[in-house]
Amino acid sequence: MSTCSVSKGCFVFKPSAKKRKLSQSTAHDFGIRNDDSEDTELRFVTCQSLWNQIKSETEKVQEDLNKQLLDNLMNFLSRFHSEFQEKTAEWTCRMKFREIPTAALVLGVNVTDHELTFKSVSDFLQNNITPYIALLEAKDCPGVKNLMQKLMGQLMNCYVDVDSLEDEDYVQVSQNRIRCSMSSLIKWYESVTKKTDSEAPSKKRTTSAHWQSPPVVVIFKDMESFTTKVLQDFIVICSQHIHELPLVLIFGIATSPMIIHRLLPHSVSSLLCIELFQSLSCKDHLSTIIDKLLLTAQFPFKLGEKVLQVLINIFLYHDFSVQNFIKGFQLCIVEHFYSQPLSVLCCQLVDLQKRVHSLSHDQCENIRRLPSFRRYVEEQESGKQVALLTTDNFLKEEIQKLLEDLHVYHENYVSILRCLHVFTSSLPKYPLGKQIRELHCACLENQVWETEEYESSLQLARMLNKSDLVTMLQQCMEILLSSSGKEFDKTVEKLKKFLTEFQNLEAEAFQEQDVSISSQKELQKKTDLYHLQKTLLELKESRRTKKLTKFEMLRFEVVDYIDSLVRKYLVPADRRTLHEILYFNTAAVLRGHLNAAPRTALHTALNNPHWYLKNQALKCDGGSISNKAPDICIVYKLHLECGRLINLVDWLEAFSTVVMAGEEPNADTASSDQMDDIIHARFIRAVSELELLGFIKPSKQKTDHVARLTWGGC
Amino acid sequence: MPNLEHPAYPAAALLHLESLVPCRESQVSMLLSIFGEVRQQFSFPSIFIYGHTSSGKTYVMQTLLNTLQLPHVFVNCVECFTSRLLLEEILIQLQSCSSETEPTSPVPCDTFNDFVRLFKQALVSRELQDQTLYIVLDRAEQLREMEANILPAFLRLQELTDSNVTVVLLSEIVWELFRPNVGCFDPLTLYFPDYSIGHLQKILSQNHPPEYTADFYAAYINILLGVFYMVCRDLKELRHLAALNFSKYCEPVVRGEANERDTRKLWKNIEPHLKKAMQTVYLREISSSQWERLQHDGGEPGQLKGLSAHTHVELPYYSKFLLIAAYLASYNPVRTDKRLFLKHHGKMKKTNFMKKHEKTSNHLLGPKPFPLDRLLAILYSIVDKRVAPTANIFSQITSLVTLQLLSMVGQNDQLEGPRYKCTVSLDFIRAVARTVNFDIIKYLYDFL
Repeated sequence: MSTCSVSKGCFVFKPSAKKRKLSQSTAHDFGIRNDDSEDTELRFVTCQSLWNQIKSETEKVQEDLNKQLLDNLMNFLSRFHSEFQEKTAEWTCRMKFREIPTAALVLGVNVTDHELTFKSVSDFLQNNITPYIALLEAKDCPGVKNLMQKLMGQLMNCYVDVDSLEDEDYVQVSQNRIRCSMSSLIKWYESVTKKTDSEAPSKKRTTSAHWQSPPVVVIFKDMESFTTKVLQDFIVICSQHIHELPLVLIFGIATSPMIIHRLLPHSVSSLLCIELFQSLSCKDHLSTIIDKLLLTAQFPFKLGEKVLQVLINIFLYHDFSVQNFIKGFQLCIVEHFYSQPLSVLCCQLVDLQKRVHSLSHDQCENIRRLPSFRRYVEEQESGKQVALLTTDNFLKEEIQKLLEDLHVYHENYVSILRCLHVFTSSLPKYPLGKQIRELHCACLENQVWETEEYESSLQLARMLNKSDLVTMLQQCMEILLSSSGKEFDKTVEKLKKFLTEFQNLEAEAFQEQDVSISSQKELQKKTDLYHLQKTLLELKESRRTKKLTKFEMLRFEVVDYIDSLVRKYLVPADRRTLHEILYFNTAAVLRGHLNAAPRTALHTALNNPHWYLKNQALKCDGGSISNKAPDICIVYKLHLECGRLINLVDWLEAFSTVVMAGEEPNADTASSDQMDDIIHARFIRAVSELELLGFIKPSKQKTDHVARLTWGGC
Repeated sequence: MPNLEHPAYPAAALLHLESLVPCRESQVSMLLSIFGEVRQQFSFPSIFIYGHTSSGKTYVMQTLLNTLQLPHVFVNCVECFTSRLLLEEILIQLQSCSSETEPTSPVPCDTFNDFVRLFKQALVSRELQDQTLYIVLDRAEQLREMEANILPAFLRLQELTDSNVTVVLLSEIVWELFRPNVGCFDPLTLYFPDYSIGHLQKILSQNHPPEYTADFYAAYINILLGVFYMVCRDLKELRHLAALNFSKYCEPVVRGEANERDTRKLWKNIEPHLKKAMQTVYLREISSSQWERLQHDGGEPGQLKGLSAHTHVELPYYSKFLLIAAYLASYNPVRTDKRLFLKHHGKMKKTNFMKKHEKTSNHLLGPKPFPLDRLLAILYSIVDKRVAPTANIFSQITSLVTLQLLSMVGQNDQLEGPRYKCTVSLDFIRAVARTVNFDIIKYLYDFL
């Protein structure tokens, strides 16, 4: 089992992620935390169906994004394949050295995502080209022998897997008994291809899917981690048999293709015919995922600003892993449906009415307790207030209306956000961010039109030139036309009007140009410095007072109109009534789950045991050491005060002082002797516990000292 | 030129052999005389042939044994990576070498003792006792990495099996690097010198394409060698390059702009092209198939970026800083940390600090290992924001190690703080630092 982590130590392996699909019994766990087990089952079902939708959506996105890469790979393989099949006697082919076709797949540093890419690559190859694929990982291949074993095991089993059970008698020999050498691999390949060839007429299925004498594809998942010797030897062996066995290598590279030259000397790399394939950049991948999952009205569930920020920060600052982002998103969904009893209403509009009407009294009370709803109630007139707070049925109708409003709001929000992004993404220096996700965060955070960045981007937008402005307006029109929002007819009309006005301006613009040219000509005539200065000053004066041209007027109008749209539609979600139902905004929980801080946790546990043990006696103030604390905490606190080397005797002395602090001083000597032994034993145990945790280690410099290993120990 | 003469073999076969091994006649005649006057004669127990890459060792042995139809076994030691595979491979080939019968299933052969026994049996059953059997071990340097008894035993195989067998070892390194410490039979060593430029010209010109005359092709080879001889004397590689670029050479002739004798014009056409090939396809910066396609489409090789052109590595924000911190920790002496990263580092005499004496630059000495805590301390001081020591940070260190940007030094003690080295180059780290607006030169002791 592998970990993609951190430190050495014990790891807990949960049964694979797929099994986490909660079974029916876990639906009950869903309600345990909230004593009102309101609609737990329904919530659970909603959560699951939502997640399944999202999952299939992400898979689709992934597939689309990989398509380009796979097509390129397919072309590459087919080119070599035809070469191999021709077996031509042409002069150049005879003279040329037969190189091993090698695809260098540059995948980016997000190693956690590679698994999925490799899976799609191997699935693709399996479905379209060849059943013979072996995926090798560096940790399985410390030597050529292990590599060959792994390779042959995978290849020979795959034969059985692909061509169903009728071939059972064929590869029954366990691979231990097969000689792990290239010659036996070749023999196997020959027999297998001969077999499929002879069966070809009877079995159309295999021949249509795979090529004639399909290539054997060997994928090295993590090229960087392979040792040079293994790779070199393997490549040398392969190149000797390339005539009999159509091998294709695929190198998965996380850093840069330079690594090939670093790992392989020229004598070996000259045996390869390397072509480079770039997979999609992970940032683009994330943008697409955000676009498809968050900036869409398809899913009722939404992320709040803080939560989204946490997820994006983890992505950008730490791992670049889209898979982790999606996992985080999944966690948000589960957490939302688990902790928010009202999340039962977080469903598609079609189901809404039924669900609202079946709300229980307790759930109605829950709604009345929502802060956003209370704000809403306060704004209403008193008669309605009473009705809302007392009559469940009236409340329900109101809720339905409000939730429908919320859905509409979201649809409009997305369209207008995209329009605004069209404008801001082309401004110099991107005051509101280059990516739409930054704009989205800014809009969710607070009223975007109150921020300085928005102000400056409007300023910049007022200076756009005409052609840019026209193309932007056209883009906005397209966005609005394709959106599902119903309110945009007027907006589109308005934009159309702007566009026609711009076209009308064209003629006038020519005239204006003439004027400006003539003034410039005047400028050129005067060579005298004094006069020049004077004219320039005049020009400046005139420009300041000059009446705005028609184009400028229109430009102002356009920008103002966009501004009004923004103010109308891009209200932050947390100002909307009942946003708590659709938006997940408890970032602290998410942070607690995703940003594990082992060092801090360990320090807190040892330094302040009350934090975890919740025992009143342990509550201490400031830096004092309580003698009630567990021994290891006392020892730990004392060791924090020491330098690199700790004298054990002094340490014991200090320990016994602390422990004895609470005891009565008038104990007789005999018992205190015995006491000492016990304290000594406790001390030794605590110290060895610290050693086990890796805080100290015995030192060779001084016999009665131990060395500190952490936090200023060096 | 010495014509091959030998009483044991028919003259026609010898003549054929001579035509197949140009420029290696003297070595072949030497080998033939070692092999003995008649086939039944015992030959030298072991022969060691060495010479540089592609000096024809394997080829000469193979053609010699095949054309004269001597019983032999030919094994590549790289392919047989364990002694068991090697021994079994020899036995399998022995079984199939003389008889037409179906090879029986291979018998497991774990030790050399078994091998000797089985070998003798095989000899008897295949009726090979009466003539010398040759066992050729190609890439014999691999034998040194197998069990200690394998190499000495092969050298004395004749004595051990008490039969007429000669072991030929082929290698690229000299015998002195093979010799085990004690009690080893010294084989007869034979050196294959490198092909000279004249040899190369002769050998390469031999195989001219049927459409063109031999002279035309020889002129082409002459130009090719003029460009490539300085960097590459590998016959295989040269032949590959010749085949790749020949179509370009013929272009003017095909288009009718020059005739076959117009050497100067042809040279002008091909020379820059070959130089470009030396920088790209020879170094495997771009693959030969890409090169051919470029030639075919008439495009400029500049359009295609080579492997080394893609040096940029995109890293997460904190990984970049971790890498920078690791670089600083690797190349700065520990005592300078205080001065470089502490705002109030107290009075430190500038002259004293700057005193470098005649010490070598740390960049010439290479990276030094540093403990984890130092890395984190530097990280905290170079990142503007507060960085929480979360598991994410630690996992990034591990992933940098798997990406081979950092390397772990001595991992014997799990509890002791792990030590790392930064393995990236200055150029790389400067490119990374530039993306996060960090002036790394200001923090490097060597450049202060």
